Amino acid sequence: MPDTPILEVRDLKMHFPVNEGILLRTNKFNKAVDGISLSIQAGETLGLVGESGCGKSTLGRCITRLYQPTSGSIFFEGQDITRLKGNALLPFRQNIQMIFQDPMESLNARHTVGDILEEPFIVQKIGDRISRKKRVQELLEIVGLPARSTSRYPFEFSGGQRQRIGIARSIALNPKLVICDEPVSALDVSIQSQILNLLIDLQKEFNLSYLFIAHDLAVVKHISDRIAIMYLGKVAESAAGETIYHHPKHPYTRSLISAIPIPDPHRKIKRQVISGDVPSPIDPPSGCSFHPRCPHVTDRCKHEPPQLRFIDDKHLVSCHFDL
Amino acid sequence: MPLLEISNLTTEFDTDEGRVRAVDQISFSANAGETLGIVGESGCGKSVTALSIMRLLPQPMGQIVGGSVLFQGRDLTKLPLSEMEKVRGNEIGMVFQEPMSALNPVHTIGKQLAEGLLLHNDYGVQKALKESIDILDRVGIASPDVRMGEYPHQLSGGMRQRVVIAIALACKPALLIADEPTTALDVTIQAQILELIKELQTEMGMSVILITHDLGVIAETCEQVVVMYAGKIAEKGSVFDVFDNPSHPYTRGLLASIPRLTTQPKSKLSVIDGMVPGLRDLPAGCRFENRCPYARQACTKSVPPIQIVEKRHEVSCFRWRDI
Repeated sequence: MPDTPILEVRDLKMHFPVNEGILLRTNKFNKAVDGISLSIQAGETLGLVGESGCGKSTLGRCITRLYQPTSGSIFFEGQDITRLKGNALLPFRQNIQMIFQDPMESLNARHTVGDILEEPFIVQKIGDRISRKKRVQELLEIVGLPARSTSRYPFEFSGGQRQRIGIARSIALNPKLVICDEPVSALDVSIQSQILNLLIDLQKEFNLSYLFIAHDLAVVKHISDRIAIMYLGKVAESAAGETIYHHPKHPYTRSLISAIPIPDPHRKIKRQVISGDVPSPIDPPSGCSFHPRCPHVTDRCKHEPPQLRFIDDKHLVSCHFDL
Repeated sequence: MPLLEISNLTTEFDTDEGRVRAVDQISFSANAGETLGIVGESGCGKSVTALSIMRLLPQPMGQIVGGSVLFQGRDLTKLPLSEMEKVRGNEIGMVFQEPMSALNPVHTIGKQLAEGLLLHNDYGVQKALKESIDILDRVGIASPDVRMGEYPHQLSGGMRQRVVIAIALACKPALLIADEPTTALDVTIQAQILELIKELQTEMGMSVILITHDLGVIAETCEQVVVMYAGKIAEKGSVFDVFDNPSHPYTRGLLASIPRLTTQPKSKLSVIDGMVPGLRDLPAGCRFENRCPYARQACTKSVPPIQIVEKRHEVSCFRWRDI
C-alpha cells in the first residue's frame, strides 16, 4: 500500500523509572514498551494481543500521548506527533480517541451522559449549545441508546450500556483512529457480541481505524485485519489474522492459541501447556525474553536476542528459527 | 446416591430496596468423581449457589429460605454452625476468583496452609508443616520449603492461585467448589491451573463444581453442566447434550454469540438482544421472556416447569420442542 498509513510507530520505547531504597533512587527501569514498530492503514484494525504486563495498554497510552514515550517516534498521517505539546496537540486529540476497559472508571460519575458527550465539543470549541445538543442526540442514536439518556448518570446504566456511552464519546469528534483498550473484557458474553457488532458497524460507516488491544485472541481475531502478538514489551509475531491462527510461527503464539479453551466438548486435543509465569519487565531474561518458557529453547536463545524478520511479505516473526 | 444433591434451593438477600431472590428453587446433583460446571452471566446466581452450599452467605443479609443441600446424606442447610465448620475446608474445599483477596496478606503461606490441617486433623505442628510442603509440591510450586515462609505478595498471580488450591485440597475434601478460579489469570496460566485441577481430581477422586462464565472452560473440563439465568436453571445436562443439542433459547443464544477462532472475521455475531433483568423487576413468567425470540403469550404468564429432553438433560422452556 503506497498510501501514508494513518498511524506509524517506530522503535517506540516507554521505560518507567523504578524507585527503590530509602533514598528512592532510580536504579532500574520497567521496560514496559521496548522497541515497538507498527503501522495502521485507514479503515484497518490492528489487533494487539498479549498477557498482563506485556505492555499492550502502555503502548496504547503512548500513542494517545497520555504518556510521554522515552524514545522512538509516533507519526499520525505522516506527521511526527511524538513531542507535540499543549495546543499543537489539540487537532490530534480530535483524531485519535480512546475506549477504555472499565466504563465505570472512565466516565465521570458526577456528570450526566449529556454532559459527558458534550464535553469533547466544548474542549475543541466546536458548535454552539443547540448544535452540540443535537449532535449528542445523534451520537446516542448511533450507539443504540435511548434519547432520554442525556439527563441520566452513568450508574443508572448497565455495563454494556456504559460501554456504549464510552464508544459514543470516542467517536463524537469524528476521529480517524480509535484505540480500544480491552473494550469488551469486562462485559458478559451476551453483551460482548453486541458491542463487537457495534464497533464493526461503526468502522464500516465512518471508515475508522482501530488499534484493538485485548488478551482474548478469539475476540481479537474476530475484529482484526492484522494481529500483533506482544510479549514483554516487544512484538513476537505479526501477520494477518488468518495467518496467525493457521500458520503461527512463534512458539509463544502457538502456546497462546493452544491455551484458548474451545467451546466444543468433542475437541479433546491435549493442550500444549507452557510452564512458568511471564517474567518481570524490570528484569527481563537475557537473549530472547521468551526463552525460559520456550519448548524449543537452545543456547543461542539464551544469549542472542532475536530480531523481527520477515518470513513472507506480511508475516513478521521474532525467533531465531523457522519452526 | 449422588455426592451432592441440591433440591429447590432458594436464597434471598435483604437489601435497602427490599428483599430479592438471588437463587430461586434450583435443583441439581453432582456424582462422586464428576466435574459439574455452573455457567451464567454476572448476577445469575452462580456464586450465591456456591456460597449457599458452603453456608458462607454474607450475614445477616443473605438467607437460605428454602430447599435442601444433601451432602453425603446430610442436609447442610440444617447443620448447626459448629458442625458446618467441620465440613468447610475439610470435606468441601473452596477456591475463589481473586487469590489475593482469598489469602491473608499478613500471614505466611505456610501458616495459612497448616492452619486448616491443624484444625481438622489430629496433627502435631511438625506433621502439619510436612504435609503443607508436600501439598505445595503437589500443586507445582518450585522449592516449596522456601515458599512456606513467604507472604502472598511475593508470589505471582498464578502461584497464588496454586496456593489457594493447595489450601482447599490440604484436607483431601470429597468436593471442591471452584468459583471462577481462572478468571483473573492470563490464558497460558489458566491452562496450567485447569490442567492442575484435572490432574488432582483424577488422583484424589474428588468431585469438582466449577463456576465460570466461560463456555470454553466448561466444554474442556466438565462432564455435566448447569446453565443459570437470573436465579433459575435454564438448562442442565451432560456437556455433550447441552453443547450438541442446546434446548433453551438462552443456551442457544450464548453459544451462538461467542466469537470463535474459526468464525469469519468481521462477520456479524449473533446477539441476545436486551439485557439480564434486575432481580427487583423480574418478569412474572419465564425470566428470559423479554429477550427471547421465541416468546409467546404463555411465556409471560407463568414460569415454565422443568421438562425432560432426554435422560439427565432437562430444560425449563415451554417451547423447546418447537425451536
